[in-house]
Amino acid sequence: MNSMRKLNKAGMILSMVIGMIIAACMSPAAGPEVVESDEAAAPAMQEVQSTLSIVQERGKLVCIGNSQLPGFGFLDSEGNFSGFDVDYCRAIAAAIFGDANALEVRPATARERFTILSSGEGDVIIRNTTWTMSRDTDLGMNFGPTTFYDGQGLMVRKELGVATLPDLQGASVCVITGTTTELNLADQFAAAGVAYEAVVFEDFDQSFTAYEEGRCDAVTTDKSSLVSRQTTLSVPSDHVILDVTLSKEPLGPAVRHGDDQWFDLVNWVVYATMLAEEHGISSANVDSFMGSDDPNIRKLLGLEGDFCAKVGIGNAGCFVDVITQVGNYAEIYNRNLGPDTVFDLPRGLNSLYTDGGILYAPPIR
Amino acid sequence: MTTAGVTPTDRSVLPITERYTLLGWLRRNLFSDLFNSLLTIVAIASIFIAARLLQRWAFETAEWGVIPANFNLIMRGQYPAVEAWRLWLVIYLLGTTVGLVWRLIVGQFNTTARVLVAIPLVLMLIPFFSMGTRLYLMITAVASFAGYFIAGYLPIQHRGRAAAYFVMAYLVVMLILLRGAGADDGPMPPVQPILWGGLLLSLLLAFFGITLSFPLGVLLALGRQSKLPAIRVMSVIYIEFIRGVPLISLLFMGQIMLQLFLPDGFPLVDRVLRALVAITLFSAAYTAENVRGGLQSIPRGQYEAAQAVGLSTYQSTIHIILPQALRAVIPVLVGQFISLFKDTTLVALVGIFDLLGIARTIIANPDWLGTQQEVFAVIAVLFWIFSYTMSFASRRLERRLGVGQR
Amino acid sequence: MQHIHASQVRPPFYRDERVLGVFSQVLVVVIVLGLGLFFFNNMITGLREKHSVAITFSFLTQTAGFDIGESLIEYSRERTYLRAFVVGLLNTFQVAVLGIVFATALGILIGVMRLSTNFLVSKIAAVYIDIFRNIPLLVLLIFWAQGVFLKLPRVADAIVLADAFYLSNRGVAIPWGLPTDSWGTYLIVLAAGIIAGAVLAYFLREHGKRTGRMPLVTLWFIVTVAAVGLIGWIVLPQPMTLDVPTLEGFNTQGGKILSQQFMALLSGLIIYTAAFIAEVVRAGIQSVSKGQREAATALGLTAAQTLRLIIFPQALRVIIPPLTSQYLNLTKNSSLAIAIGYPDLFAVAGNTILNQTGREIEMFTMIMGTYLSLSLLTSFLMNIYNRRIRLVER
Repeated sequence: MNSMRKLNKAGMILSMVIGMIIAACMSPAAGPEVVESDEAAAPAMQEVQSTLSIVQERGKLVCIGNSQLPGFGFLDSEGNFSGFDVDYCRAIAAAIFGDANALEVRPATARERFTILSSGEGDVIIRNTTWTMSRDTDLGMNFGPTTFYDGQGLMVRKELGVATLPDLQGASVCVITGTTTELNLADQFAAAGVAYEAVVFEDFDQSFTAYEEGRCDAVTTDKSSLVSRQTTLSVPSDHVILDVTLSKEPLGPAVRHGDDQWFDLVNWVVYATMLAEEHGISSANVDSFMGSDDPNIRKLLGLEGDFCAKVGIGNAGCFVDVITQVGNYAEIYNRNLGPDTVFDLPRGLNSLYTDGGILYAPPIR
Repeated sequence: MTTAGVTPTDRSVLPITERYTLLGWLRRNLFSDLFNSLLTIVAIASIFIAARLLQRWAFETAEWGVIPANFNLIMRGQYPAVEAWRLWLVIYLLGTTVGLVWRLIVGQFNTTARVLVAIPLVLMLIPFFSMGTRLYLMITAVASFAGYFIAGYLPIQHRGRAAAYFVMAYLVVMLILLRGAGADDGPMPPVQPILWGGLLLSLLLAFFGITLSFPLGVLLALGRQSKLPAIRVMSVIYIEFIRGVPLISLLFMGQIMLQLFLPDGFPLVDRVLRALVAITLFSAAYTAENVRGGLQSIPRGQYEAAQAVGLSTYQSTIHIILPQALRAVIPVLVGQFISLFKDTTLVALVGIFDLLGIARTIIANPDWLGTQQEVFAVIAVLFWIFSYTMSFASRRLERRLGVGQR
Repeated sequence: MQHIHASQVRPPFYRDERVLGVFSQVLVVVIVLGLGLFFFNNMITGLREKHSVAITFSFLTQTAGFDIGESLIEYSRERTYLRAFVVGLLNTFQVAVLGIVFATALGILIGVMRLSTNFLVSKIAAVYIDIFRNIPLLVLLIFWAQGVFLKLPRVADAIVLADAFYLSNRGVAIPWGLPTDSWGTYLIVLAAGIIAGAVLAYFLREHGKRTGRMPLVTLWFIVTVAAVGLIGWIVLPQPMTLDVPTLEGFNTQGGKILSQQFMALLSGLIIYTAAFIAEVVRAGIQSVSKGQREAATALGLTAAQTLRLIIFPQALRVIIPPLTSQYLNLTKNSSLAIAIGYPDLFAVAGNTILNQTGREIEMFTMIMGTYLSLSLLTSFLMNIYNRRIRLVER
């Protein structure tokens, strides 16, 4: 019995020793002290497979989106995703594969989206995501061109007679956690010296259910989302969106920091939709431009200079696929948010610079 | 009836007239003294008020239209409607397999069997079901009869083993049917598990969670009792760590952090599978503790006797110790399985549309705003039915195996 | 002799249990350590390549920037993430402690009801237990939050009881004491009362041991403390004023507001856990052998005395271990608060802070560490208590 115990002990010690040897073998690159130094990180970065090649191998784009925001990203009862943001996912898929449907939308909550992206589970976030400095730096994101200029607003019941921020003294406000909205709310109410109760929820559904039932006096999120969700309330006309803007909310695609080729690709797909609108090219008339003499148009349509190759795509007409299958900016906007939809959102800031807006895409050259 | 009471009344000492008459029963159980009579009156009043409130809510306030309108969603989530035939096939095959196995294991068409066959037939009475659904339910009942009938004619030697093969074959076929295979426009296009939802997903998660966590839990329990220190220490650390943290934290880790722990380009594990893994790992630790209780209840003599007849540690564990230990802990194990089934609802918090997740989307649907009470009542009843059946079955099994009587 | 015999028929090394023992241990350790390192390695390299961020806890001292709906300590958006974490932790504590107290009370009541000789009372308890043990807690919680508390009237039409209690879908507003200047003095008086009560209880107990007639020690203790407390309250110039809530503006003002989320979480946890505690209590009482009860009756003890002096002390030994795990379950289950928007530890740390900072590894380490230490601490304390009552009994 005694010898048994000795042997057992020997076994334990032996296994520990072997374990440590393995540890030593496996972790030359993994010492915690290495983590702190950026020099060590640089060479390792080159070994990473590029996002584009991963996407191409997989045969489809995984786009991190919203499933609860009609007009931007919404899962309908048949299980299909639609919306403004989803169309931009489709545009990227069209550019890469020539097929806008080579796409999987991965619905995510505000909480998960960045983790899902940085873990490599998704390729790009297009989910009404606000471009902020700390996300750009701390979170290791890169933000593409803003696709939708928004501002944070407040919706209240008409019967309360609220018009300005100070009117909301002592009110309860429903807000979604993990968003810039949550921070802006705290900032703006503190600045205005207005005391309030923050009622924090995880997603749109819960937040708006609580608002509808009167748990909160006001609900806050981006104005476009308020417009979108107002249509889903039981009596939309009982509610009013205050003429108060709590923040700037430039919404656009975000990709992982460190893969410049992929970043460029996403950027230029978005710009292409804006340039197409600028030149009056739409999915309906794109064919008629194939014989155009305008060098700007010829470059956009891949007739001159191989600009698609510069972002790693073999097909010279990658932007043509985007325009034919998804459309230009105006088409995407109108299809999802325009006058023919329930939202009827005026374009406002989201007009081309030539129409008084601030959409100003750099030239393809 | 209530001999377990704090002040038991022994029936045999009562005069014969008091023993069996209704009046005697009433006096003994409800009006034995002043205090008891008061209690009875209070109890009757509360039951009456509760029943009245429930009746008024169920028949006057509640708007049940939300249930038939979303019934498919509740049952199968986003599983495509055109592929629903596969689910029915899975159900028919389930009926057949149960019939087969019943003939092989139980051997007779007893009351329980009648109840089982009656289930699809009773379900046919649900008012809002279409004629098609009723027909399919009818087929299910017929399929289970057929299974029972066919099994009688099969030339089978080892009945237990054959039953096990049938069950395994069923599971394989079921998974293939659910998951699909081949091209997207083929006869049986793949359906991603993330689209499996509603009751279907809850039951699948529970079933596979139980079948996977059980062996793992037994291994961990044996590990914790092992004479080998390294194995023992690791088992203890695992068990205590898992039991110390909430399941929700494991689920969150599985969903948002797993990818951080895997190398680049590692095939992405399906989200539902990740949730299943989290549930399994969680439940295994609890199962291990329950099994350990059984192992500790085995008298030392059993180990020594096994050793004396020359069995190796492995042999004595498998043939002598484990069977006794497991039989001793059947009730707690079933309790653990029930809580696993209930815990599957937590996947709703990580964006998977199980029964509860679906319920949450239904009440957020603009068409059905304000139906929280109705939807959650139905969901709760569904969960209750399955959990209660499990605990009921476990009590029967306990009696049959004579737990605590040997 | 046996030893010599054994070594003579020694099996080949691959069937020698001792060798196999060593080998399997080495194998297990190698696999576990290997896997752990594999994960760790991937995490480190992954974090470096994808985020270019290192693991650090320094962000905890940065300004949080978000508000939290309810807090036991002073908190605002200017405070740090660490402070926010503590707010969540205290909220968890609050729910856990209150939940444990009320669930125990309700659980004992139902457990005893289950054993009642009254048929109806026993059946009511049985139905309660069967219903709530078989419904998932999360369903119960969400039903409670959205189906019950959210369905209460709006705050403007709140149900008002006695002009002091406001029941609405914002929660329950109750009158609450506001300490005045003399509150500190009153606390000292109260402490003195407790000490006096304890001293009295000690002497009474000693007296009881000597004479063999044990007085109602606990009752006397309570009477003493209450008497001192009452005298202090009358003598001192109002140590506390009552703050009654009123309906003002959007919400009720004053008093204490138990929010809808808090009420839903607490009542859900209590109702659910009580069903399990009832079963624990029932099993404990039933475990006391019939002979004990009969012996007590034979000695001339009343039914109440039998319960208090004979049944409960013995039942307690059976009850404590499963009761401990029910308490632990309740504490861990309070993390489901995230589903109904109550800012407990998991909701604040695992949701809000994690979202705002993106520090998954750090936050999960902190959250799991906290729950783990809470669990271990509770088990430790309950083990001590368990050992104590064992010693007393044997």
